[in-house]
Amino acid sequence: MQVTSMNFKARAGEKLADVKLQAALRKLQGNFVKGRADRVAELDNFEAIRTAAAEIRDRALANLDVYLEEFETNATARGAVVHWAETAEEANRIVCELAVRYGVRKAAKSKSMVSEECALNDALEAAGIEVIETDLGEYILQLAHEPPSHIVAPVVHKSKEDVSDLFEEKHKLTRKTRIPDLCREAREILRPHFLSADMGISGANFIVAETGSTLIVTNEGNGRMVTTLPRVHVAITGIEKVVPTLEDATTLLRLLPRHGTGQTITNYISVNTGVKDAADLDGPEHFHIILVDAGRTKLIGGDMQAMLRCIRCGACMNHCPVYQSVGGHAYGWVYPGPMGSILTPSYVGIENALDLPNASTLCNQCGVVCPVKIPLPDLMRKLRERQFERGLKPWPEKLGLALWGWTARHPALYAVLSRIGARMLAYMGGAEKRIHHLPLGGGWTAGRDMPAPQGKTFRELYSQKIRKG
Amino acid sequence: MRVGLFVTCLVDLFRPSIGFAALKLLEAAGCEVVVPQTQTCCGQPGYNSGDRASAQALARKVLNEFEACDYLVAPSGSCAGMIRAHYPDLFSDQPEELERIKRLCGRTYELTDFLVNVARLEQVPGRFDGTVTYHDSCSGLREAGVKSQPRQLLAKMQGLKLKEMEEAEVCCGFGGTFAVKFGEISTRLADNKCNNVAASGADALVLGDLGCMLNIEGRLRRRGDMKTQVLHVAEVLAGTDGND
Repeated sequence: MQVTSMNFKARAGEKLADVKLQAALRKLQGNFVKGRADRVAELDNFEAIRTAAAEIRDRALANLDVYLEEFETNATARGAVVHWAETAEEANRIVCELAVRYGVRKAAKSKSMVSEECALNDALEAAGIEVIETDLGEYILQLAHEPPSHIVAPVVHKSKEDVSDLFEEKHKLTRKTRIPDLCREAREILRPHFLSADMGISGANFIVAETGSTLIVTNEGNGRMVTTLPRVHVAITGIEKVVPTLEDATTLLRLLPRHGTGQTITNYISVNTGVKDAADLDGPEHFHIILVDAGRTKLIGGDMQAMLRCIRCGACMNHCPVYQSVGGHAYGWVYPGPMGSILTPSYVGIENALDLPNASTLCNQCGVVCPVKIPLPDLMRKLRERQFERGLKPWPEKLGLALWGWTARHPALYAVLSRIGARMLAYMGGAEKRIHHLPLGGGWTAGRDMPAPQGKTFRELYSQKIRKG
Repeated sequence: MRVGLFVTCLVDLFRPSIGFAALKLLEAAGCEVVVPQTQTCCGQPGYNSGDRASAQALARKVLNEFEACDYLVAPSGSCAGMIRAHYPDLFSDQPEELERIKRLCGRTYELTDFLVNVARLEQVPGRFDGTVTYHDSCSGLREAGVKSQPRQLLAKMQGLKLKEMEEAEVCCGFGGTFAVKFGEISTRLADNKCNNVAASGADALVLGDLGCMLNIEGRLRRRGDMKTQVLHVAEVLAGTDGND
């Protein structure tokens, strides 16, 4: 997917002014934020599960090569073929080659964020293959030619009315306005595609080393159809998704739906192991699993490794005040919110996403709700350090930091300058004691006053007090 | 007990009354208070902007200034949180200093936390007639564990009624340099906070961090709300307000 993260600030401004988007984003609060809190409160050993979940992910990452090889061995033994893709382009090439090999004209897809990283649909379409997204949200976005704005609820930025308009225009059927009617219409359109697709493409929430299975978590049932109806199933996912055992996967599943959608469990958990046996009624004849690196191994052993624990629940963005205000598109790549502010610079280059690690107040609500305890603000701060070290900060900020840091280390000079500063700002505040416009601080005073200082510094007043006794 | 008051750079520059209120409260709790005169900044602006070297230099300065005190107390969850939660990270590769830093961290408190859990202040000197609502600052809440302490102290005040607002724990959008770099987003978050303050119907917003105070008060006034008072919890508890 094309990276437009350098436009974060300009995009954010547009999104703040978008009244419809703002109304749409408020939905997240009730459904996902409250939903998570309620589901977590139901668990009497939540913190113990959370600790176990983080440990499972750490164990997998610490022995990634071992578990991936175990996965390959077990998947192969069940008739699947494992492919290794070092880059997004390589992943696309593998899928396109498979499509040619099996004479595929149409592919039905369930939701996969890794395929968004790769821009797989574009690659397949360029190769002359029809691709149908079957997750309702992704289907809507495919019709609208838009990228997802959330990793779990990709179409959260659209209203019901937007979808009515879109369906009416694209399906050329009588306009529907009720959500059940819109869903039915989509289902009726999608059903023949499931039946006629030659290839089903899915992602994987986890891949299980001990069984060689891919596991997906869905609500709509489309994932199950995509992975069982077509004669070829291609699962595409990141190498970091491996967990050692099925038991480990079930531990993580105690947290994933609760944190993602506020559900105790999703409607479907599909565990796909191997190809169709002679005795099986359903299932693919060919099962290919593409394990994508695309920047992940670079994080192993470094200070960003904890980010690879991520189980893609989306809780960090649901709880992020910045995401809640600007939505996902402002972030300019596949992953928005706090997790995206770390993954985007890590995967596409820190110089291509300079704003993202800074676009956070470091309020740590994301870190508090992360089910696998990723210290998201600490990782954002590390990226800021890297920007600073590489001289990627804008010069006014560099100068400001240098002056502040230097002056604060020289208390006598600091005392003089702070006295002058306090008096100047107090003077600027006038009788109202508020500054309406601050030179060099327009970012502040465009939307807020700056309450003026009281006029003298604490240190000078305290010295006077001590002298008076 | 000998308490070193870390005034914080914002209080020093903008609102010394908070520093004097903290001093009054600590003395009321029976502490001997010292104010190291060379103190400036805890290093948080540099730390959060990626300037680790400058943050480390300032952390070392704070260590030298306060190491001799029994406790370091700051009228700010943000600065106390910086010391407690992040100073060890700054010295993670320097074992000798790290030991000293860890000892300092264990003796560093946000003001209300200290008054409740260490000094055990019984009588609160201030008086406030009216309804207040409390904003939990992010660092205070999530780094320094400040939640019930200010409320316990406010509950001791006759005439003061606490009315909780919605989303008291949600960030006000200050975030240090974030407030200037991402002014529009920051303003929106401050606006959300103002809406919740207004909906609570409180006469005053009380909070424990001057950064959030400047942000929320700045937005309230720009919106035309000249009535809702914005007070630091130390000022309320000490019975002094911003104009003393």
